[in-house]
Amino acid sequence: MSTTIKPVNQKAWFLILPVLLCVAFSAILPLMVVVNYSVQDIISPDRRVFVGTEWFAAIMRDEELHGALWRQFIYSFSVLAVELPLGIALALSMPATGWKSSAVLVIVSLSLLIPWNVVGTIWQIFGRTDIGLMGAALQGMGIAYNYTGNASHAWLTVLLMDVWHWTPLVALLGYAGLRSIPDAYYQAASIDGASKWDVFRFVQLPKMRGVLVIAVLLRFMDSFMIYTEPFVLTGGGPGNSTTFLSQFLTQKAVGQFDLGPAAAFSLIYFLIILLFCFVLYNWMQSVGTESKEGGHA
Amino acid sequence: MARIDLDLAHAYSANPQQDSDYALLPLKMRFEDGGAYALLGPSGCGKTTMLNVMSGLLTPSQGTVLFDGRDVTQDSPQARNIAQVFQFPVIYDTMTVAENLAFPLRNRQWAADKIKQRVGQIAEMLEMSAQLNQRAAGLSADAKQKISLGRGLVRPDVSAVLFDEPLTVIDPHLKWELRRKLKQIHHELKLTLIYVTHDQVEALTFAEQVVVMTRGRAVQVGSPADLFERPRHTFVGNFIGSPGMNFIRAQVTNDAVLVGAQALTLPTAMTLPTGDIKLGIRPEYVTVAQTQTPGALPMRVIQVQDVGTHFIVTAEHEGQRVKARLADIATDGAVLVVGSVVWLEVLGAHTCFYKNEEIVA
Repeated sequence: MSTTIKPVNQKAWFLILPVLLCVAFSAILPLMVVVNYSVQDIISPDRRVFVGTEWFAAIMRDEELHGALWRQFIYSFSVLAVELPLGIALALSMPATGWKSSAVLVIVSLSLLIPWNVVGTIWQIFGRTDIGLMGAALQGMGIAYNYTGNASHAWLTVLLMDVWHWTPLVALLGYAGLRSIPDAYYQAASIDGASKWDVFRFVQLPKMRGVLVIAVLLRFMDSFMIYTEPFVLTGGGPGNSTTFLSQFLTQKAVGQFDLGPAAAFSLIYFLIILLFCFVLYNWMQSVGTESKEGGHA
Repeated sequence: MARIDLDLAHAYSANPQQDSDYALLPLKMRFEDGGAYALLGPSGCGKTTMLNVMSGLLTPSQGTVLFDGRDVTQDSPQARNIAQVFQFPVIYDTMTVAENLAFPLRNRQWAADKIKQRVGQIAEMLEMSAQLNQRAAGLSADAKQKISLGRGLVRPDVSAVLFDEPLTVIDPHLKWELRRKLKQIHHELKLTLIYVTHDQVEALTFAEQVVVMTRGRAVQVGSPADLFERPRHTFVGNFIGSPGMNFIRAQVTNDAVLVGAQALTLPTAMTLPTGDIKLGIRPEYVTVAQTQTPGALPMRVIQVQDVGTHFIVTAEHEGQRVKARLADIATDGAVLVVGSVVWLEVLGAHTCFYKNEEIVA
């Protein structure tokens, strides 16, 4: 047996230099700017004071921010709770082959092509009680619908808007997952006497797991950063009922020029998203992969 | 358990005009209860179509499928009470091995203790007892396919268990192992097993009766020995055996069989239709003979292959090639080499005669 050790060439590290440069300019440097702001009090362009963790301590006590954070969580989880089952149901009911499947795919993806601010405008008109189809219809049914005045109506409208806009993404991902299941699985399930629910539970859902993880991640991150739609529709109101995190931060940073606290919270915001993605991803990957004990018969 | 009678044809297109439009040409066939059958043929010969017609995944375009005399042509696989194992492992990822094996029984409302007992028995046979509580998704392809086999075998009351090339993904050394297991299981469980394969070794070692198929037609149904000794069609002779049967074009006159200029005399008082025929002889039965032996042809050796346990000698007579499987190539002190002339006996007790590709004697 040969005992020669492969020569180690440290020059290979230079190969990752381009990536490092890209990441530095696209992520690390901007992030460091925010870090820089978060530990200083900038009074004027040439007067700045190092304040340490003071801004972090301040925002931890900020009631308004707590409210925005809380609203944000409720909103993001509502988005997931509605869009995921709905998207799966949609994917299951889409035709698998032929011209019908192409037609349905195109129709389903239409809403994904519309820019965020246009979506806000569409729904702003759609919800108006005088000329909007939905607003007028609800009014006609005797519901005192008013998204500009009623906080829960506004919140529901923003949620509905997101569901309308993004459920097709979940459906398309689910559809792709379903199409990758070989026929033999359905045939075997039918021969094993599985019910429709069993097929869904034991064949389709496990096989869709990969794409659903991606759907959850995308929808969580996207909805956690939602800005444009409520900004266009309600401007964050009535009151602060639809003021979500990014809008709150924008108001703080750009509206009031409280750069320090805004930067401090941006970092926390960033860590929350990172943490959630990490936890979600690991959880979804491990669902059903842990070895079951005592599950015999 | 059931006897299966097929009297049907199937075409995937709506309006079959000619033979080549049919995946299965009109055929009649009976599979006896408790038998071990193999459907053998090259890819695209219609064997998987036949299997799917039996299992109910496919409804034949004409004709009927009878189970114990009952017409089940329109019934689903569930209604027919069929089990089928596919080419690639189909397992339920989120279940353990035991839950996978129990799934067909649970769906049929078996009592928990009976399920446990039966699953234990099947796992024992497949040597999977140690893995029962492992999750199926993490296992190797071999083990997954064993689970698929197990799910096929777990129901004791099935009409038949159908295997669609189930050992394709299995390692060669495990193939032997699993084939032996299947045979043993067939003895123990007395299920009707029907096994589709394009591998003759698999078919011949597994089955009691082999159905040889080509181009949508079942050309011969018989025991492995029948297929070897008396292939009814030249296709069978060629397809079964390694190398396949030799076919020698010949002319039958009133009193002799002419191969080119050489006349062979028939060993017994045999009547053959006059005209063009083919002699079929297995390489195993071609022997080196003395010069001018009545049933032998003078041949020039064109290839000698040493395959370890024996030699495959290819020789030629007036452009017709014959392969012989010889234990030894040293004859009368002389060793057969390329170019040497040798008399090979081709007309003997094991020789078959074919006219228009069908056996005549």
